[in-house]
Amino acid sequence: MSRLGTMLEQAGAILLAVIWISPLLFAFWAAFHTSSDAVSFNLLSPWTLDNFRTAWEGAPWLRYFLNTFLLVTIVLIGQFFFTTLAGFAFAKMDFPAKDFVFILVLMQLFILPEVLIVENYAMVSRLGLFDSLFGVGMPYMASAFGIFLMRQSFKSVPIELHEAARIEGCSLLGILWRVYVPLAKPTYLAYALVSVSTHWNNFLWPLIVTNSPDTRPLTVGLSIFGAPENGVDISVISAATMMSVAPLLVAFLLFQRQFVQAFLRAGIK
Amino acid sequence: MNKRVNLERRRQAIYGWLLLSPAAVMLSIFAFYPSAATFWSSLFSRGTRRRPSEFIALENYSDLFADPTFWVVVKNNLLYAAVTIPVSIVIALAMALWANSKIPARGFVRTAYFTPTVLPMIAAANLWLFFYTPGLGVLDQIGGLFGLPSINWLGQPQTALWAVIIVTIWKEAGFFMIFYLAALQTIPEDLKEASDIEGASRWTYTRRIVLPLLMPTTLFIMVNATINSVKLIDHLFILTKGGPSDASKLILYYIWEMAFAFFDAPHAAAMTILVLGVLCIVAAVQLFFIDRRTHYQ
Repeated sequence: MSRLGTMLEQAGAILLAVIWISPLLFAFWAAFHTSSDAVSFNLLSPWTLDNFRTAWEGAPWLRYFLNTFLLVTIVLIGQFFFTTLAGFAFAKMDFPAKDFVFILVLMQLFILPEVLIVENYAMVSRLGLFDSLFGVGMPYMASAFGIFLMRQSFKSVPIELHEAARIEGCSLLGILWRVYVPLAKPTYLAYALVSVSTHWNNFLWPLIVTNSPDTRPLTVGLSIFGAPENGVDISVISAATMMSVAPLLVAFLLFQRQFVQAFLRAGIK
Repeated sequence: MNKRVNLERRRQAIYGWLLLSPAAVMLSIFAFYPSAATFWSSLFSRGTRRRPSEFIALENYSDLFADPTFWVVVKNNLLYAAVTIPVSIVIALAMALWANSKIPARGFVRTAYFTPTVLPMIAAANLWLFFYTPGLGVLDQIGGLFGLPSINWLGQPQTALWAVIIVTIWKEAGFFMIFYLAALQTIPEDLKEASDIEGASRWTYTRRIVLPLLMPTTLFIMVNATINSVKLIDHLFILTKGGPSDASKLILYYIWEMAFAFFDAPHAAAMTILVLGVLCIVAAVQLFFIDRRTHYQ
């Protein structure tokens, strides 16, 4: 490989990186400038926080933040509960029709909750969960993906530990709680990161199931706030966008290594 | 002895099912029953106050096939898939190869590639709005420097879908890069050394050794990208709302519109069933070709 070629390639890599990050940088810059300065790219124009003030007053953001926070918490707790029990059953129990049931579960990887919106909406309404955070979270709780992850993780726990705990007189649930769960901590962490970022960003289903500011998560709130009918200008939209991605983005930048590891662990296993 | 084995087996079966039952109930309520119910309701007409819904067998499906909008949407979605899947895979591969090689500012490069992945699609759409807006947007300003006329990227049928496609690629390439990065790190160093000794160029090494070894990862990513080409439609709500004149409408968006804007649940159900059928084919492909390699150890 010639030296020139290598240099060209490096330039390409960096150029691609700049292109990739530029939408975010532009929005960041626009968020701190008046919209007329932002669209004219007046690099010397003064910085301002007015956009954030306008955006903040334009919608109940605090409520939206709280809703999103509660939503991801509810989903995560539910997922931990359901996938731990089911994953353990698939990993260490022996029961009739196990393989068949497992394939049924894996099918849910392809029956996306997003696609079943019509009937899931009917179901959530029937259960009286319409316009509630539980309604938003429930279809995602028994995640096939999570069950699969937990099964893989529990499978790698040596059976000797299980036997030892049993001889000590530990019950089955006790063994699960005291032996398997602590050993699967990295998997739980990985799963939590993937789950939180997925549900922090989820949009279509919450849009359908929520109907009031009291339940609306950030993504839905942001889409309503930015709707062209509302006629807000581009700097204010940028400010609102920056505000709503900030927590996840900052967390990502701080814990980048863990994030990437988590996505890897969740994807590759 | 035999009796004790039997007892143990029965105990395991009971515990197994008990442990499984909470998840089984949830999956039944929110995946299996809705799938069956969707199919069932796709066989009935839409009930109105005057005329209750009645069994019409496959009429909803034939309506769909006769609906020109449906075919526009299918065509759009096929183009959407046909472009986003290969392009984002190629970009992801390039990103991974670069992020894995010794280049200056590698940390920045990796972060830049991966960051779109942690943003909500809605936010991504807002960021890109800033690029696409006619007259004011970044693209028009850059074009203006070269004397190009202002283009309404989102407002004209020829470009709207492409504008949507670019956002999707931007969003998912960095995510797929991660899988390639992981796979690259499992390729043993001695392969590189051996090819160096043989005098193979870096390009030959990449093409003859790295790419074949990445094949299972590519298939895995391909399945994910296919699912995403059905699922990733959030940005339509911000950017185009499927317009202008359905030019950028995708199937899931059309299902949503049918069910929640036109209140025509039976036709939405019929379309859902068609999508599920396609997804099942994808699932079968995954099971037969790659599952052994990527999932079961």
